Amino acid sequence: MDSTGLKSNELGFVYEFHKKMISMNLTLVYEGEFTQDITKAVLSMTEKQMAYSGEQSTVKKKVFNIMVECLQNICKHSENTYYNSSAIFMVGLEEDTYFICTGNPVKNENVELLKMKMQEINNLDKEGLKALYKEIVSKGTISDKGGAGLGLIDIARKAGTKLEYSFEQIDNLMTFFSFMVKIPRSKEL
Amino acid sequence: MEPLFLEGKEDTPKIILNSQSNQYLISGRSLPEDATSFYSPVLKWLDEFSTQTVADPNVKFEVRLEYFNTASSKLLLDIFSKLEGLSENGKKVTVQWYYSEDDEDMLEAGEEYSELVDLKFEMKTY
Repeated sequence: MDSTGLKSNELGFVYEFHKKMISMNLTLVYEGEFTQDITKAVLSMTEKQMAYSGEQSTVKKKVFNIMVECLQNICKHSENTYYNSSAIFMVGLEEDTYFICTGNPVKNENVELLKMKMQEINNLDKEGLKALYKEIVSKGTISDKGGAGLGLIDIARKAGTKLEYSFEQIDNLMTFFSFMVKIPRSKEL
Repeated sequence: MEPLFLEGKEDTPKIILNSQSNQYLISGRSLPEDATSFYSPVLKWLDEFSTQTVADPNVKFEVRLEYFNTASSKLLLDIFSKLEGLSENGKKVTVQWYYSEDDEDMLEAGEEYSELVDLKFEMKTY
């Protein structure tokens, strides 16, 4: 019995996958359950990779901060679908820009709110984001999921770029939410 | 009053709140999943502290954070609001906000807190 469902002559996918990751400049891909322990492990791996590549500390801190918010957003907001409970997290470096991508299922009914929130953030400039952050940090409350409603705003502020996203409906309950943020290594970009 | 001491971990900061030695410190990384529970003993300690009279009214509250998540940022503001309350009770509170010289985001975060609460902030590099 082949318990993995794969035959040895199909193992070519390993090499294909490896080449795909390299061609897409991905340095880390994690697919599965997201918990605080997984978050810590992913953070520590990326931190080590960046230290090894000699990345400057300001960039390391920005990437680290944004990763924390992305990972904790998944922990708090990813919905389990009836066929799986996993989400995906990716980090890459293309030329002079780090990119962090996440993908997770959300309930259809939450899509519009999430879209509006990201549109609102993308329409604001640096000062506008700062004002919104200060307003929510001082007037907002921590949700029952433990979020402060500040994650996406913080990501946009730290990255200094627009949030990119798309939604693909899975079925009449769930939608897959794909998200990307780019973090330029140099300020001038 | 009993001091509060929490050992720093990978995702939670070291905390010292000691009215005997007049030392108040938060340092390290603050990325707990549940920031409300993590900071609840700190807020409780500060509530009790506000009722105490101390020999030296000068309270220097040191914040030396390398990273903090957005849930912690809300709780930090709650802490500063409690510290604001101490000033009304005759204690002279100064927040010493440390940031790494090249870390503009951390400097900006400190400046924002100083705009949100009525407390003296000293920005210091480490």
